[in-house]
Amino acid sequence: MDSKAYLDMSLLRFTTAGSVDDGKSTLIGRLLYDSKSIFEDQLDAITESSKRKGDEEVDLALLTDGLRAEREQGITIDVAYRYFATPKRKFIIADTPGHIQYTRNMVTGASTANLAIILVDARNGVLEQTLRHTFIASLLNLPHIVFCINKMDLVDYDEKVYNNIKAELDGLVDKLKVKDAHFIPISAKLGDNVVDESKNMDWYTGTTLLNLLENIEINEDRNLNDGRFPVQYVIRPQQKAFIDYRGYAGRIASGIFKPGDKVTILPSLLQSEIKAIDFYKEEIDEVLPMQSATIRLSDEIDISRGDMIVHSDNLPEISNTFSLNVCWFHERPLDPSKKYLLRQTTNESKCMIKSVNFRTNIETYENDEVDKNIKMNEIANITVMTAKPMFFDSYRKNRTTGSVILIDEGTNETVAAGMIN
Amino acid sequence: MTKTINRNHLRELESEAIFIMREIATQFERPVLLFSGGKDSILLVHLAVKAFYPAKIPFTLLHIDTGHNFQETLKFRDDLAEKIGAKLVVGSVQKSIDDGKVTEETGVDASRNKLQTSTLLDSIAELKADAAIGGGRRDEEKARAKERFFSHRDAFGQWDPKNQRPELWNLFNGKKNVGEHFRVFPISNWTEMDVWQYILMEDIEMPSLYYTHKRKVFNRDGMWLAAESFMELKEGEKVEELDVRCRTIGDVTCTGLTLSMADNLEDIVREVAAARETERGGRSDDRRSEAAMEDRKKEGYF
Repeated sequence: MDSKAYLDMSLLRFTTAGSVDDGKSTLIGRLLYDSKSIFEDQLDAITESSKRKGDEEVDLALLTDGLRAEREQGITIDVAYRYFATPKRKFIIADTPGHIQYTRNMVTGASTANLAIILVDARNGVLEQTLRHTFIASLLNLPHIVFCINKMDLVDYDEKVYNNIKAELDGLVDKLKVKDAHFIPISAKLGDNVVDESKNMDWYTGTTLLNLLENIEINEDRNLNDGRFPVQYVIRPQQKAFIDYRGYAGRIASGIFKPGDKVTILPSLLQSEIKAIDFYKEEIDEVLPMQSATIRLSDEIDISRGDMIVHSDNLPEISNTFSLNVCWFHERPLDPSKKYLLRQTTNESKCMIKSVNFRTNIETYENDEVDKNIKMNEIANITVMTAKPMFFDSYRKNRTTGSVILIDEGTNETVAAGMIN
Repeated sequence: MTKTINRNHLRELESEAIFIMREIATQFERPVLLFSGGKDSILLVHLAVKAFYPAKIPFTLLHIDTGHNFQETLKFRDDLAEKIGAKLVVGSVQKSIDDGKVTEETGVDASRNKLQTSTLLDSIAELKADAAIGGGRRDEEKARAKERFFSHRDAFGQWDPKNQRPELWNLFNGKKNVGEHFRVFPISNWTEMDVWQYILMEDIEMPSLYYTHKRKVFNRDGMWLAAESFMELKEGEKVEELDVRCRTIGDVTCTGLTLSMADNLEDIVREVAAARETERGGRSDDRRSEAAMEDRKKEGYF
């Protein structure tokens, strides 16, 4: 092993959607197993459990069943995170259950992902849940969707079956304007086209799933145009040596920042210039999206958490009224007469629900403008009014400055996820 | 040449962890960083230092000392706290036993691991800490795979896996009522391999226990344990002196040692890459039952 090779690895976060019957757990088990990410004691433990259940083959799905309640009931109750790596990439899998009542889990898992894998059972083709999963992936603006047509072994590896399903999915992809879609015929159970190329489907000339995951280009998914730096924390050391130091710490939401850049501070609209960008003890020449860094400015301005430093020639929207798509997370339905706390980047404000515009059926994609009662796991479009102006971009353009959560101040619970229009 | 930060997976994990550290500092009033002397907590301290530099870290270090720690761990702990100028508080399991708050397990397999929970909850209450930062990682164990970055604990310190707050994008909700607290895990997304690669990349100083050394050990159920004075031997167990190192450091009673000649970080990374057993496979506290970790976590364990 080249001892420096790890310094060139990248990170891909993806989410998997599908129900128990689609073989989702088996697929993840297969990825972990064939990429040799499973340890002997883990394999021993599931071999033992499989035998106890009376299975002949090792049930790879057992690798991902975490909590006792799940083992007892044979279901997945929450988002679980799994990890594996190849010499090229480290992968973080947000494994979400696909039942209808768990829309919120898929939204959660997809919120941090670059890519979604959607499983389709080759015997059943495109079902309501496929429509649902694809809708959510598109709503969350995931740059890449990979449709795995699974259980090809149970349809005799028939090309026609695959082509029919693919044609239907193509229509779906067009309708939802998915940016980048891929289709792979696989058998998670037997391993065809997951890590190793299938010997049973000569007609398929595309890549295996792992090969695609390893090589798919994700750098271009970043928004490098709109300079947005939400101030997270102000660093003012008490030590004598740094008595004049005042650094604004945070994580770049989008754009590229360099020393010398002309910037505007929101909400004050004061202008300044970037004097230096610090990363620990070093001064660096530029920072890119998702990097944590500390920015120093040329002028002494009063800036605190929740403010945003942006490029002066490219301001975000500034408004106290805006509409957004929300996924409702809580058993208590949305109450339009109530005030919620809205959090966006490092900023927060109380908000009122000005109007519920419509509820979206995520299987037919139709909007319901009559029944506006928003319950758990439902998607709706609402307009809010905040107590102070917020600075944001549309979620389609910027996944960081366009996303919000709503918090119920009575219970402190996160009750909704929102994407600004 | 332009000076930029290289963009590999470790830098992404680092940026994420630093972001979490800064969220903790703004969302909570009295956060403590749980310091065990193991590599994960040393990594946490390193990341916290980077997050707030040139200011000092705004967290108190809290060590729950079982009284059965390796001497090297305690020395390393004190030196590190002094070097970074952080306040260190030690919660003593021995004191909890002496005060009659907990009863020590007896027998040859006795471990104080479970007793730590009570001392930890008492220390959190005494310090009025509203957040405890831990080095838990989701790859360690099945029950941890569902853990949040910001994990809510009720007034009894308990974790309810079925009632966790959803975490979306980078928006973390640390709101709570009086008496409740949060456990926060900035390195949730790191694997054992990531931790060692990062330690190598950053050249972080590690306790000598992680490198090969000669030690008196004995074998119990296939696991090498240190033959310290408070370890009772069973019939047939004999003490030998071997070249060993720790893959994980906990209390002496439950830390399995690995036979190894690795004396530098590169060799350790290579050894981790070739390892055929998970890291916690060497921890007898997890071997007790299939849901051992889940049960301890619900009660308020790390």
